[in-house]
Amino acid sequence: MLTDDMQVVYECPDALTDVITHYCPGCTHGVIHRLIAEVLDEMGIREKTIGVAPVGCSVFIYNYFDCDFAQAAHGRAPAMATGLKRVHPDRVVFTYQGDGDLAAIGTAEIIHAAARGENISVFFVNNAVYGMTGGQMAPTTLPGMKTTSSPTGRDVELAGFPLRVSELLAQMTGAAYVVRRSVHDPGNINKTKKAIRNALNVQLNQAGFSLVEILSSCPTNWGTSALDALKFVKEQMLPFYPLGDYKVADSAKSFIVG
Amino acid sequence: MKELWEGNQAIAEAALRAGLEAYFGYPITPQTELLEYLSRKMPELGRAFVQAESEIGTINMVYGAASGGARAMTSSSSPGISLMQEGISYIVGSEVPAVIVDMMRGGPGLGNIAPGQADYFQLTKGGGHGDYHPIVLAPWSVQEAVDLTIGAFDLAEKYRHVVILAADGNIGQMMEPVEMPAPRKIEKRDRGWELTGAINREHRLISSIYLQPEVLHKHNEKIQAKQRAIEQNQVRYHEFLMDDAEYAVIAFGTSARVAHTAITWARAKGIRVGLHRPISLYPFPYARVAEISKRVRAILVVEMNAGQMLEDVRLGVAERVPVSFYGVMGGRVPFPDEVLPEIEKLVNSVH
Ligand SMILES: Cc1ncc(C[n+]2csc(CCOP(=O)(O)OP(=O)(O)O)c2C)c(N)n1
Ligand code: SF4
Repeated sequence: MLTDDMQVVYECPDALTDVITHYCPGCTHGVIHRLIAEVLDEMGIREKTIGVAPVGCSVFIYNYFDCDFAQAAHGRAPAMATGLKRVHPDRVVFTYQGDGDLAAIGTAEIIHAAARGENISVFFVNNAVYGMTGGQMAPTTLPGMKTTSSPTGRDVELAGFPLRVSELLAQMTGAAYVVRRSVHDPGNINKTKKAIRNALNVQLNQAGFSLVEILSSCPTNWGTSALDALKFVKEQMLPFYPLGDYKVADSAKSFIVG
Repeated sequence: MKELWEGNQAIAEAALRAGLEAYFGYPITPQTELLEYLSRKMPELGRAFVQAESEIGTINMVYGAASGGARAMTSSSSPGISLMQEGISYIVGSEVPAVIVDMMRGGPGLGNIAPGQADYFQLTKGGGHGDYHPIVLAPWSVQEAVDLTIGAFDLAEKYRHVVILAADGNIGQMMEPVEMPAPRKIEKRDRGWELTGAINREHRLISSIYLQPEVLHKHNEKIQAKQRAIEQNQVRYHEFLMDDAEYAVIAFGTSARVAHTAITWARAKGIRVGLHRPISLYPFPYARVAEISKRVRAILVVEMNAGQMLEDVRLGVAERVPVSFYGVMGGRVPFPDEVLPEIEKLVNSVH
């Protein structure tokens, strides 16, 4: 019961549905969902937003958001979002994609969406593994990192090198806003939220393609505790995937903060 | 008033007049003129046009635009259609309407760019994963391609299903006189499923995933019921001199045109032969083929492939009469004087 001397400091965002998610304990997919939902609420755009779900652990993201959603084929979310945005230019269209989805099977779709300057926002969750299929090597798996399909550690002689997506997409003239963030501690969570807001604001102002890469944990497939997974992000992933703003085009500058 | 139109451009113009709101394409011979035509017209009309990075891109853009409620289309030729099969399966599974034009060419592999009909299997049998058949319509003239294109959008919306116009490079690239229908107005519509933003309504979902086996089974039953309704109501065919026919030639699209000429020649020689031409390849006119097989002495199937529709003809005929086959596979159109001797052989074989 709320009394006069109490105030609400934490509640479920309107843009989130009030259900229990299927994510593993300690997984940061849920944190990222919440950040997007908070931003949709704060910007007052939930009703005009259409999300595109990937194939991966976040395949059921549409169960957790109170906005329209489409469920794309594996890797094809940017193409599907292109179709949606082209017929609804006044709506906010975002995709939510894992690293297998975006950086392996969907590489052509994401590069060309960025190259076209497609006015969509992409939330790219990089957890360095294929989570849903049981922790196989992803295009973003670190050199030497053990996964179920690189059991002795990723051998770059055999499996090649990881893809740095933000650095890659920053090359695209059509990309307006490309940044990498992380959600391993509260300070970084706040910075991630700001970047999500910036990306959507860039889209709302027709400034072009925006992407926020978010380093995320997968304690289940990394075989760690939830806390150690956050430590892994900080100690192992950050050096390989430095946080930062990789592209802020002139067209986007006036629509971003921080 | 009739005007002279090239097949590809005529189909593009027909789609515009049917109210096409979003087109996504990728160059491939022999359908590129369709893409080129719309690259000019769509932006002029303020409608969506994207030349995508691949046919995987185009079909998923169609999927997105159609999920957004727009009348959406893509076009390609055989190798491009192979790439689209994943997307077609998703579109059918999600029950959104979409129209695809296939200007078939010679295969397999890169094959060649000449007219072919060897996509029959991948189009009519559901070339992607899962249980489904797209509606497949096969024109034999530019005029019919125009009319079927208009109808394709209506069928796609009626059944929330994929409709494929199965033509070939010959129809795409030849010029014929065409009566273009009047343009339709594009109406804003809300049919209760399209994604437009959850403004003053519950949020909506376009998806093909049903994790619970019983729920997926139910969903599939619904799709199957739709397929049965299509089979009941959408069978189309055309016949020529079948009333008194002792022999039948069964062919579709360009092959049927060639057979038509050969049949007139055979008639001049006193052979009572007629043409049955399936227009809907799915739903295939099995019942009509069965009827025919009860009246004629033998049937010849002519295709520009190794005998794909032949299998459906045989299902309809159920071994009542002999069925022979003449096919060309080089990605070329047969000549009537190749077909006439086949008709004569057919007659001799049962005498
Ligand atoms: C065409 C196709 N290939 C493979 C799969 C199987 N598959 C499902 S999820 C997935 C990996 C997803 O990994 P990622 O994008 O990194 O997301 P995460 O699960 O880690 O969040 C794969 C390979 C599929 N569904 N479709
Ligand atoms: S498998 Fe990994 S990414 Fe998937 S829900 Fe579990 S912790 Fe999260």
